[in-house]
Order: sequence, then structure tokens, then C-alpha cells
Amino acid sequence: MTTELRGKSAIVGAGHAGFGEAHGLTAYDVMAQSALAALGDAGLKLSDVDGLFCTMMEDSMPALMAAEYLGIQPRFIDGTMSGGSSFVNYLTSATMALDAGLCDVALIVYGSNQRTASGRLVTASRPPAYEAPYNPRYPISAYAMAAARHMHEYGTTREQLADVAVAARAWAQRNPEAFERGPLTREDVLGARMVGDPLTVRDCCLVTDGGGAIVMVRADRARDFPKAPVYVLGSAAASSHRQISQMKDFTVTAARDSGARAFAAAGVTPADIQAVELYDAFTINTILFLEDLGFCAKGEGGAFVEGGRIAPGGVLPVNTNGGGLSCVHPGMYGIFTVIEAARQIRGDAPGIQLKDIDLALAHGNGGVLSSQVTAILGSQNTL
Amino acid sequence: MQDAKGPDQLFQRALAEGEILLPKCDDCRAYHFFPRVLCPHCHGTAISWKQAGGKGRVHTTTVVRRKPERGGDYNVCVVELDEGVRMMSRVEGIAPGEVVIDMPVTAFVGEAEGVPAVLFKPSEG
Repeated sequence: MTTELRGKSAIVGAGHAGFGEAHGLTAYDVMAQSALAALGDAGLKLSDVDGLFCTMMEDSMPALMAAEYLGIQPRFIDGTMSGGSSFVNYLTSATMALDAGLCDVALIVYGSNQRTASGRLVTASRPPAYEAPYNPRYPISAYAMAAARHMHEYGTTREQLADVAVAARAWAQRNPEAFERGPLTREDVLGARMVGDPLTVRDCCLVTDGGGAIVMVRADRARDFPKAPVYVLGSAAASSHRQISQMKDFTVTAARDSGARAFAAAGVTPADIQAVELYDAFTINTILFLEDLGFCAKGEGGAFVEGGRIAPGGVLPVNTNGGGLSCVHPGMYGIFTVIEAARQIRGDAPGIQLKDIDLALAHGNGGVLSSQVTAILGSQNTL
Repeated sequence: MQDAKGPDQLFQRALAEGEILLPKCDDCRAYHFFPRVLCPHCHGTAISWKQAGGKGRVHTTTVVRRKPERGGDYNVCVVELDEGVRMMSRVEGIAPGEVVIDMPVTAFVGEAEGVPAVLFKPSEG
């Protein structure tokens, strides 16, 4: 997104459904319930939606399946699949489509029943041909190898990784919507079952059901809805590879580029951001993204997260809903970074509501650190 | 694969014959991996095949934890060959947890999941 699109669109509705376990529901059921929740939040109906932005894990044409299920005939559809980052990426295409008049009400939506359907991560993607024979466990092995390299180059420790999970849990414990709210210590994380060295099962995101949705309109009518509008000030994407073996530098993600572009479009800096919502599929993600987005220098992410510095009451509020590590992770988490950022700005966060939030960052990750999308959201005060 | 034509077919046929061939760009002289119809560095389309030297270092590594009754733990790593290309593989001949970053390794053609595959063993000396 460029500065010309700064503040041209706004989120006027956000909702979710099926958090945790959605017994007896299909992924599309959860998707539809999420859509209804977000539209209800915006005071709109499904028949108002003329732009649909959707991808799912189940099909090769999920946006068409979703439109059919919802009984709508959108004028504009974007089903770009860049993994969990897709839903942050749709903020850009929705803003463009709205600004160009290609649609008037944009619905971004996702749903999954992966926990109750199979109990593991559902994926429609085939393993890459030059990696599959070695049986990496996707996606854990990829992130484990990124973590190993970060530890090797920068001395990052397993204790520091564990502190990311502990901080996420501390936020989740204050969020009644979060799936995992039990106590969690650094020792618990370190002593948990090792799944892919150096990551234990507590370094990994949850496997839950759940869906989320966002409703967006052009800024000129954004104040005509029940909730305070949340403006898209900047959003940008970058991608670096698809297969983990093709990642040029295992310690630097494309978030360095997506972040720089999003900050430039929004005209703000990391120091201005009051709440940071990152796609924490694994504990190493949070460290990598804090570095690459400019909240700390490369290699200092471990020290940055240590000992509760990103937990409630710390120096920077990160993943204030509990994140994918402790709140919800239905296969693709990206949309929940946007929902939580928007709710912090609106002042109706389900867990800890931070005071006077005008600027928040949502960051989506897709594939195996492959696709990075950064969005900066702001209140009316930031226009 | 007598009539192998495409880059993937040519690579796999050589592998089946016990040879590791790497694609090298005639224009920019850089190697790349995986094999494809163009050079990802300069986008030239004149590609030659070169025998891999077989020497490399472990760039990063993990142990995939698996229950003993299902075969036990195994190594997955990314090796950087002296030619400058990286590939996913595993190091055999030592415990999976003893594979460490920067360890010198030597390639050989073995079998993975029932198909010929590039595998590595610790370099001697």
C-alpha cells in the first residue's frame, strides 16, 4: 500500500466463532458464523456484502465455496493464498477494491474445524518435491531449523524462547475467550515434550477450531456504523521463499521489507506503536518479527522478550489476546492479529484492554516464514 | 527415464544412476538448486549440469522426535554445498542429535522414502 491509500478504508466490524472446539460443525459452518458475527458487529447484513476475501484449508476454490455457502454473489473476490498471512494481505486488496469502487462492503473471512475434525493441522498443500523424501514434519521442522540457526548465530536461548510462550499465556489468562488459560512457567515449557529440537510442544501454537471475520468500508462512510472505525493506515507484503531449504538467511524474514513498507505508508515508526499483534505460530516467530519489524536490533530479540518484557505490565504489549500460542490457532491465525489490533483501538478487547490505544500493528506470517504481511491500524485520531 | 528431458527428470535420472548433478548457469556461472528451466539469479536459460563435489556443511538442523515403535527420532537438516547451493537432507551414521551446525559433511546417493536421494555423512578427518 502507498501513502495515497493511507486511511482510505476502515474496519467497521469484527467477529469470530467456534473458538476452541466447534463440535459438529464444518469449517464452512464456522466461516459463516464468523461472517455473521462481524456483520452483526457492523450492523450490516450478508446481503450488503459485495466484496469477498477468503481462503480456507479445505479446497482449491474456497472463496467460491464460501460465496455459495453464504448465498451471496460478490462483485469482487480475492482468494489469494499466501498461508496464514492471507487475511492481513486482504487488507491491501480490500482497500484497493473499495477505493476503486469495485465493491462497497468488503468481508474478510476464515473458518476451520481442524481440531475436532482431525486433531492436527489441516493443510491442502503438498510437500515440496525436493524436501518430501526427508520427511520433515511440517511446519514444525522448518521453524525448528530457523530457531536453531538463530541460537547458533546470536546466542538466543531456549529459556528466551520459553519466555515468549509464558508471556502469551499470561495475556491469555486474562482473556476469557482464550483456549489455554492454565498456569505456564518457563520450566513447564522447557520440560515439555520435545517435538522438533529445539522446540517443545509448548513452543508450538495451539491446534484449535475457530474462525474470524472483518468488515471494511471506504473511510468516507466509516463513521456511520455502531462501532468506532479502525483505519488501515498502511499495509504491505513481502515474500522470500516457499520451501524452507530455499530461505536465504534463516535468521531474517521478509518482515523486514513488509514492515518497512507498511511503516512508510502509515508515516509512523515502531516507537509509535502501542500494541503489537504478531503471528506466533512458534515462539521463534515472535523473536524474529520483533527484530525484523524494528522493535529491536537483529539478534537482540531473545533479550527483548526475556523475563516478562512482552507480558502484561512489560515494556511492549505483544499478542495481547494470548496469540496463537495460547488464545486460538485454527490452522491460519492471521485474521486474529487484525481482530485483536482493531479491538484494542476500539476499546473492546476481550481480555486486557490497554489504555488509549490509537496505533496498533498486525503482522501475518504464511507458509514456513515464507510470506510476511504487516498492517498498521489507527483510530480516528491518527488520520 | 531414458528420454529424460526436463530439469527434474535429468536430475532424478542421474540420481538413479548414483550421480549427483547440479545445474549451473552458463551466463552468470552460479549454481542453483532445485533444478529448473531458468537461472534464479540472472534468469538466463542456458543451464549446464556439473557433477557435485559432494562437500558441504550443515547450515541448520533439527531432530524430528518420533516414538520408538514408529521408527524413533531422525535428523532433518539443510546442507550448504561448497558450490553455494543448499538442499534439505539428513546426516546418517551418527545420532540425529549429534548433527550440529557448521559440521563438515560429504554427500552420497542413498534412499529416502523408497526413492534415490542425496544423503550426507560426517566428513572424515
